[in-house]
Amino acid sequence: MKAAKTAKSKSPRRPPKAPSPKYDLRLYVAGQTPRSLQALSNLKRICEEHLAGNYRVEIIDLLKKPQLAAGDQILAIPTLVKAIPKPARKIIGDLSNTERVLVGLDVRPARFTAGKG
Amino acid sequence: MKHKLSPRLPSLRLAKSPTGINGLDEITLGGLPRGRPTLICGGAGCGKTLFGIEFLVRGALQFGEPGVCITFEESARDLATNVASLGFDLEKLQAAKKLYIDHIYIDKSEIAETGEYDLEGLFIRLNTAIDSIGAKRVLLDTPEALFAGLSDVGVLRSELRRLFGWLKDKGVTAIITGERGTGTLTRHGLEEYVSDCVILLDHRVQNDAVTRRLRILKYRGSTHGTNEYPFLIDQHGISALPVTSLGLNHPAPSERISTGIAELDGMLGGQGYYRGSSVLVTGTAGTGKTSMGAHLIDAACRRGESAIFFSFEESPQQIIRNMRSIGLDLGRWVKKGLLQIESARPSAFGLEMHLVRMHQLLEQHKPKVVVIDPISGLLPGGSEHDVHGLVLRIVDFLKHSGATGFFTGLSAEDDLQTTSLAISSLVDAWILLRNIEVNGERNRVLYVLKSRGMAHSNQIREFLLTSQGVRLREVYVGVGGVLTGSARVAREAEEQREQIQKEQENRNRELTAKMALHSLEVKIAKLQAEKQARENELAAAVGEGQAQRATRLAERAAIRQSRGMAAGNSGNSRRPNGLEGKL
Repeated sequence: MKAAKTAKSKSPRRPPKAPSPKYDLRLYVAGQTPRSLQALSNLKRICEEHLAGNYRVEIIDLLKKPQLAAGDQILAIPTLVKAIPKPARKIIGDLSNTERVLVGLDVRPARFTAGKG
Repeated sequence: MKHKLSPRLPSLRLAKSPTGINGLDEITLGGLPRGRPTLICGGAGCGKTLFGIEFLVRGALQFGEPGVCITFEESARDLATNVASLGFDLEKLQAAKKLYIDHIYIDKSEIAETGEYDLEGLFIRLNTAIDSIGAKRVLLDTPEALFAGLSDVGVLRSELRRLFGWLKDKGVTAIITGERGTGTLTRHGLEEYVSDCVILLDHRVQNDAVTRRLRILKYRGSTHGTNEYPFLIDQHGISALPVTSLGLNHPAPSERISTGIAELDGMLGGQGYYRGSSVLVTGTAGTGKTSMGAHLIDAACRRGESAIFFSFEESPQQIIRNMRSIGLDLGRWVKKGLLQIESARPSAFGLEMHLVRMHQLLEQHKPKVVVIDPISGLLPGGSEHDVHGLVLRIVDFLKHSGATGFFTGLSAEDDLQTTSLAISSLVDAWILLRNIEVNGERNRVLYVLKSRGMAHSNQIREFLLTSQGVRLREVYVGVGGVLTGSARVAREAEEQREQIQKEQENRNRELTAKMALHSLEVKIAKLQAEKQARENELAAAVGEGQAQRATRLAERAAIRQSRGMAAGNSGNSRRPNGLEGKL
């Protein structure tokens, strides 16, 4: 099941092969927890709606590759790391707050949602 | 259930992880609770991180227990630099896989929270770290930093609770540090989750010197020292100083050692101090306290024993020079390595530092005799209570190590019997030196105020500093009080004169008697001669008388014959005798 998921997430990576994608994202999860699955489906939805093929997502399961946690300073699970474009940013949680995710991804300016604490 | 219980019985007692930190294992009676988290809390700069690092380093080096350090505040590199001055080489330990340092930092500006999350990432990193080197010890310094980086306090709290439980399940001995908050032990109430052992660190400034203190607030399942213990951070790391953790169970050898002054040995039952006892010598300025200490040291070094001289007033060179003037060459013992002279101004550092320095030297050299001159010099370093505690700890420590302690104390002129430190009851022997001013001179006298466990002289002796060292003289105690100095010398001369006079008189009497006897004997001889003469005379007289009578008889017979009376008249032959009477 897991393998299928990663394969699926890799598929949107292929179409824009020629130009390097504008968004390079990494999603850190720890096993197939409901929260991880929730984050994954939220991410897929947001990416398809707002980034429209101009992105690449790598899913890292820390249960399988725990040594990768230190590199991106991962503490919270799930964490979405926006590696490109700079500046790098971490978006933690199950990504259920779409507005905040978009701010985090610099798709929307921060002031837009500043009121929401 | 029953099957499970019986094999577990031996492990019912709480296992402990020795920290290897000087003194702390004594206070905690063995170390921190093994397999449980311990909270170390205190204000900024009180040594929390160092405490934790030392726990890991000593664990790795001394007890074969690798350790993981998760630092939330300092980078691994900063941490290594900071503790390098304390002699800990973290990089070497990391290379040897005995230590794993992971720096976890959260930059709030980089993070957006978009829904539910947990801290599984932290767990995974910790787990990886622990498993990678088989760690038995963990330091989390300080997880409170998470509260600054993440805003969901509810999640953080439940995750921290889970973390500490997880550490317990993992079986690692953990130290969690926490910054002291107002009204609570830690800012974010970590003490709610870590409740097995809580150690409080504290530092205060007193008389311009910083005193660090440590207290075990709580230690579930174990007895522990409950006092506030001073501790110190120096080039060897942390040293905690158990006040009375040594307890009153030190050995009491009955061996005696010379005081170095023959007459004083004589005053102390002929043999000197007990080995391992504590001796206090008090006196006003210039009464010879230091000299007595030097004598004790000289005697010890002569026996080939090592000694330490702690001086708060004179430099080593000065002590050696001054003692040479009373005929003691301490310099050669220093050269031989038997004697160590340590000089420092009392104000050079705080009381605890003095104490720790002493501790370290005592541990290093294991001396048999220790002189502290003067112990009252420490008084400006802290309150009377602190100094008293310090002396108590020194006395305890010396007794435990079997070393003989010799303390001098400066006492006020008008108050000789109360030591300003009130330590007289702590010591075994107390010798008092004082000056007596009379007849325009000042003389020293000495007496033994107390000496536990031995017969000792009740006499006051005059104390002389000569070029051959300290000498004690009998003092003259008479109606006019104690005579010392020239008065004593005069008195001694007078006594000598009286003695000579008496001897002369005796000789005279003897002579007179002899003469009388002699004259009597002469008289007796004379009388004897006279008696002999009389006897001779008597004998002569008797002999003469008989001869005359015989002559007369012969004459009469001749007359009778001539008158014709027959000689043949036999009837008459018997008569003459009878007739004689009639004649």
